[in-house]
Amino acid sequence: MNDKQQKASAYWKENVRYLFILLGIWFAVSYGAGILFKEALDSIQIGGFKLGFWFAQQGSIYVFVILIFVYVRLMNKLDKKYGYDE
Amino acid sequence: MSVQTWTYILVGITFALYIGIAIWSRAGSTKEFYVAGGGVSPLANGMATAADWMSAASFISMAGIIAFAGYDGSVYLMGWTGGYVLLALLLAPYLRKFGKFTVPDFIGDRYYSNTARIVAVICALLVSFTYVAGQMRGVGLVFSRFLEVDINTGVIIGMIIVLFYAVLGGMKGITYTQVAQYCVLIFAFMVPAIFISIQMTGNPIPQLGMGSTLNDGSGTFLLDKLDGLSTELGFNEYTDGSKSMTDIFAITLALMVGTAGLPHVIVRFFTVKRVKDARKSAGWALLLIAILYTTAPAVAVFARTNMINTVSDQPYADMPEWFSTWEKTELIKFDDKNGDGKIQYVADVKLNELTVDRDIMVLANPEIANLPAWVIALVAAGSLAAALSTAAGLLLVISSSISHDLIKKVLKPEISEKGELWAARGAATVAVVIAGYFGIDPPGFVAAVVALAFGLAAASFFPAIVLGIFYKKMNKEGAIAGMVVGILLMLFYMLKFKFGIFDGGKAAVAGLKESWWFGISPEGFGTVAMLVNFAVSIVVMQFTPPPPQNVQDIVEDIRIPSGAGAATGH
Repeated sequence: MNDKQQKASAYWKENVRYLFILLGIWFAVSYGAGILFKEALDSIQIGGFKLGFWFAQQGSIYVFVILIFVYVRLMNKLDKKYGYDE
Repeated sequence: MSVQTWTYILVGITFALYIGIAIWSRAGSTKEFYVAGGGVSPLANGMATAADWMSAASFISMAGIIAFAGYDGSVYLMGWTGGYVLLALLLAPYLRKFGKFTVPDFIGDRYYSNTARIVAVICALLVSFTYVAGQMRGVGLVFSRFLEVDINTGVIIGMIIVLFYAVLGGMKGITYTQVAQYCVLIFAFMVPAIFISIQMTGNPIPQLGMGSTLNDGSGTFLLDKLDGLSTELGFNEYTDGSKSMTDIFAITLALMVGTAGLPHVIVRFFTVKRVKDARKSAGWALLLIAILYTTAPAVAVFARTNMINTVSDQPYADMPEWFSTWEKTELIKFDDKNGDGKIQYVADVKLNELTVDRDIMVLANPEIANLPAWVIALVAAGSLAAALSTAAGLLLVISSSISHDLIKKVLKPEISEKGELWAARGAATVAVVIAGYFGIDPPGFVAAVVALAFGLAAASFFPAIVLGIFYKKMNKEGAIAGMVVGILLMLFYMLKFKFGIFDGGKAAVAGLKESWWFGISPEGFGTVAMLVNFAVSIVVMQFTPPPPQNVQDIVEDIRIPSGAGAATGH
């Protein structure tokens, strides 16, 4: 493998690692908090919201938005680190 | 001024605006027609994507569905937003780097096969046509209710407007009209929501109002009140669903993956300049969509509470004016079964006297809450913006599938640039006419199929694209087998359990619920079909030759963001 390929595969590995972490959070807030553990979380009430219900109809969506912007930041940094930014 | 005058004024102004934009942004080349020239800014593309995505279903139907389904309605909220995370992380940047015009372009080139391309074209047409018919119907509905024209005339007016800017401007015209349409629709959705939130809870932010206490001095939380009212009338608790957890899980996943696989959404990311712009514009798109999607559940709670308070156990003779206007459209029906002159609205079908079509919750909401006439008219203009913007995006996918993927890439590669542009315009015209026909005379299956378009997209495109990017060794045999098996399985399940085709028709559908596979409804089956697609692709791949080196090099290349250049068709 030459230098160029090595750089590309190192970049790809870091990229995939970010994806696993971010999609882990994506899964946790929607399928976890909003569906699988909804019943348990509903016993906690914040204001008028039962927590599981809130995650299903509000919280998960806020987290999704944040996740994409975090991803944009992480990838811009990564691009710079490997000289792929333009 | 009356509601109708206001509606004529607002709809007139917005339509004039769309036509003005269309004339200003005519397309001169196929590149402008397919990808708006490839230089759209991330924010503008985010707005256009949001308008493209939010259809008549999001604007008109969703809050209403949630109002009646309560917690079960969460599948739409999470499903139709969470898909953007998948789109941003797994698809958009790489497809932008690949830099072609359409989704079948990617499938055809990545899997070095015109068979794969044609399978992708068929999937794209199947998904887009079912979807666009629903939009045209929405346009007709709004026209007939607010401008009191015949529903068919409404559809035809909508057809002419879309035809005008889609055929003239292609993606370029569509992009800039969608930016304007986003502004119109979000304003139209938020204004009544804020008004009602203040009215009911004193909190001007609907997302917070939903979790606040009522304004009536009782100190009760709105959601607790609604839970109480629901159980009193025999319904499920609002914050608790009636669907099984497995089904909720499957539907949410099918909608998410389907969203990420919808061709009219994916192509929007071909219109930006660089890979980093594609990532960023996915972020903008979801942020702008989230404004509506986090407000919708609040609107649902307000509307449902308001409705129960207004009608439950009240004398029919005392009903406000909106009640009878909507009765005329047959979207509200009252049947005084026990003859006491009062409205009994309860869960038990034998005793229930009131049927309310869920589609009218958003449209009637401002009237139920007694808001001024201009707000009601605004909702009409907003619904039209939502329906027209989505219809235009879908028509572009249909026309480019035919002119670019079929004519240019398969049937007649020697066609000139100019010839291809005319073919694209011709295909768009034919598509509008067919869509309009479905809008005027909807075959019974359209409404049901729209919801299942997501299942079809999940079962076909999503696995093929993800494997194409993340699995270098995936070959054409695997991908084609996966797509074909995935979409056929989805179609089979749909025909069997949604239409009862193999068991004696529609009437049998309810009885088949017991035999759903793994307890998963047809709406959620896209999840299973997607998993089967992945599995079939990977198994078939083991026994067939690997992709040629140049294709593996393409995969290496799309993983690196720099040097994207402009999208090209050649």
